[in-house]
Amino acid sequence: MPNSKSAYSFSNKKEKFDTHIIVVWVDNEAGVLARVVGLFSGRGYNIESLAVAQVDEKLKISRITIVTTGTPQVVNQIKLQLKKLVPVHKVADFKREDKAVIFKEMALFKIVGPNNKLEGALKACKKYNPVLLDKTKKSNVIQITALRREIDKMSKDLKKFGLVSVSRTGAVAMTRGADIFK
Amino acid sequence: MSKLYSGAEIVFKCMEDQNVDHIFGYPGGAVLPIYDELQNFKSIKHVLVRHEQGAGHAAEGYARSSGKPGVILVTSGPGATNVVTALTDAYMDSIPLVCISGQVPTHLIGTDAFQECDTTGITRPCTKHNWLVKDINDLAETIHKAFEVATTGRPGPVLVDIPKDIQFQKTKYKKPKKENKLNGKSHNHFNQNSIDQLIDLMSKSSKPIFYTGGGVINSGPRASELLRELVYATGFPITSTLQGLGSFPGDDNQFLGMLGMHGTYEANNAMHDCDLMINIGARFDDRITGKIDEFSPKSKKVHIDIDPSSINKNVKVDLAIVGDVKNVLSSTLKSLKQKKSKFLKSNKQKTSKWWEKIQKWRSVRSLDYIGSVETIKPQYAIERLYELTKDKDSYITTEVGQHQMWAAQHYKFNKPNRWMTSGGLGTMGYGLPAAVGVQVAHPKKLVIDIAGEASVLMTIQEMSTAVQYNLPIKIFILNNQYMGMVRQWQELLHDKNYSESYTAALPDFVKLAEAYNCVGIRAKTPEELDDKIIEMLNTNRPVIFDCMVDKVENCFPMIPSGKPHNQMILGPKDQEGKKITGKGKSLV
Repeated sequence: MPNSKSAYSFSNKKEKFDTHIIVVWVDNEAGVLARVVGLFSGRGYNIESLAVAQVDEKLKISRITIVTTGTPQVVNQIKLQLKKLVPVHKVADFKREDKAVIFKEMALFKIVGPNNKLEGALKACKKYNPVLLDKTKKSNVIQITALRREIDKMSKDLKKFGLVSVSRTGAVAMTRGADIFK
Repeated sequence: MSKLYSGAEIVFKCMEDQNVDHIFGYPGGAVLPIYDELQNFKSIKHVLVRHEQGAGHAAEGYARSSGKPGVILVTSGPGATNVVTALTDAYMDSIPLVCISGQVPTHLIGTDAFQECDTTGITRPCTKHNWLVKDINDLAETIHKAFEVATTGRPGPVLVDIPKDIQFQKTKYKKPKKENKLNGKSHNHFNQNSIDQLIDLMSKSSKPIFYTGGGVINSGPRASELLRELVYATGFPITSTLQGLGSFPGDDNQFLGMLGMHGTYEANNAMHDCDLMINIGARFDDRITGKIDEFSPKSKKVHIDIDPSSINKNVKVDLAIVGDVKNVLSSTLKSLKQKKSKFLKSNKQKTSKWWEKIQKWRSVRSLDYIGSVETIKPQYAIERLYELTKDKDSYITTEVGQHQMWAAQHYKFNKPNRWMTSGGLGTMGYGLPAAVGVQVAHPKKLVIDIAGEASVLMTIQEMSTAVQYNLPIKIFILNNQYMGMVRQWQELLHDKNYSESYTAALPDFVKLAEAYNCVGIRAKTPEELDDKIIEMLNTNRPVIFDCMVDKVENCFPMIPSGKPHNQMILGPKDQEGKKITGKGKSLV
């Protein structure tokens, strides 16, 4: 560590980064997404995936699901700051390994190639409820729903079958059982 | 059918209902409809500043000294961008401001129209909340909400951006709702259990300390009264952050002075060695804690704060009480009286050793400096200013730098809301416009900006505002021709490489005062200082006081960066006496 030659102290502590899935319920109004993601970008934090849509038409509530990595202290600070925002109603923070929560993401794969490859691709997706959304002589569009890391893996594995394009929704989360997050 | 009002009229109707009596602003194309209506609302006085940043700081000074929100009115584009520094300053120091900005007409937004900027985008990270009003029917409700957000919970700045076409459109006026719904953002839900825990910790402690901050001031004058009651009832020592000065009498024996980077030896050592730290309305800022890993290693820490996001942000605490300071203090006092009515007596013996230790630290006299008969020492100037004004209930603002720290060290405050300084953001140029705002709120009081010559030049144009409104503010410049704090850091940490910290072509401040049509006074020797200060105090007009001080004086004591509280550097007198030149250096 350099001898601190500034008005600030330096830290050479390396903290562990954990993956967090943060769910935020917000008023669906202009600028609200910018307010939420600004708390991440303002701390130099990257958002790995982001899913947002209105979930209550009458109350105009949107649900934002954010996957990010960070130190416990910073993620906790972001959470508390989120709760302070005027249009934010509630904030949930799940760890990826949390067994009581379902995490799902949808992906679309476009495969271009001869018939045997198209079929091979469909077969490879079998574990993840594949739906064939579009089919031509030369191409397939396959939809799967799976965990993020499973989609990561499929995006790699399908290359050999002629994968040309991937589109993903980003993870969404929901608690298991009858309880809802309050 | 009720009357229809234009958007511009609604702005003022709202201000009337929010009891606004002064606004600080600057007209321009996108707010002209609002300026048209100004003359029709006699209860609201407009103060015309010379730069929008000045409007912002003036509103801050007004808010800090009066406890009411400060209101700013600026135009679109540069008007809005100029006020961003002041909004950020208010955000860092939790000052309630409501900024109304004009915007280009709705249909031109996003076309790079003349004087257009994305005002809500730019101010999003430096306000508690902001709004772009795109429907006239939302206007009144939005402005009332803006006042509510600015003043409730942890206070802060808000901004309402109003496109010009909305200012012309007409609708019915909606009064503010009386309901006490705070959008769920006010946090005052502490329970008796945590108060009991606090009292338990207090009764077990033998080395306690109160560490208080701006939250006590923000909670209102009642909070300061309750704090005094609690401190006297417990007999505990108390230290304060820069922002908290005045909530407890600065000349009281239980007060250890300010803590932190330029805090007193006794305050910092007591923070380091205590076994119970009770933080009331402060935020463990990095200027306070020093090296965080070695911050007060042996203490239980209690944190009382209205903002849940302040808890465990920098320092992990053992007991957090989220609530308004005055409510927490009042509950604590009530429980203390009920359960431990003889607390002071039983406690005195327990803490007597602690007080002995504190007296030992005190005897170091860390604020002492080497006097001079030839040049005015800056500390001496502040001391004399204090002695000659302490009976006048004066209001002090500052700029940022050495003079600010010397003012905090040597000027003793006995009442809250008398000390206005930019702490979090550290904005040079804050003090002069802030003094304008303070004087607007308190026309009959003595208002002094303790300034540095470099800082004050950043907003010197506001002297013109002071003259226009007959605001007899006193600008007391400690003129050492250097950006003193920069110079000090360069001397101590950057091998005396005084890169660009000397101002070679300063104006003649006495002539400058005359040019602004106010009064210029210069003091060059310690001998004449008192007479000159008295001359300043007897002048019922704005004064620029050019106090020529020692050019190379440093501000001590000081915690060097990356060091804990118990490794302070003391002043040159101490260093010479103890011959710790080598060690003193390695500390830096």
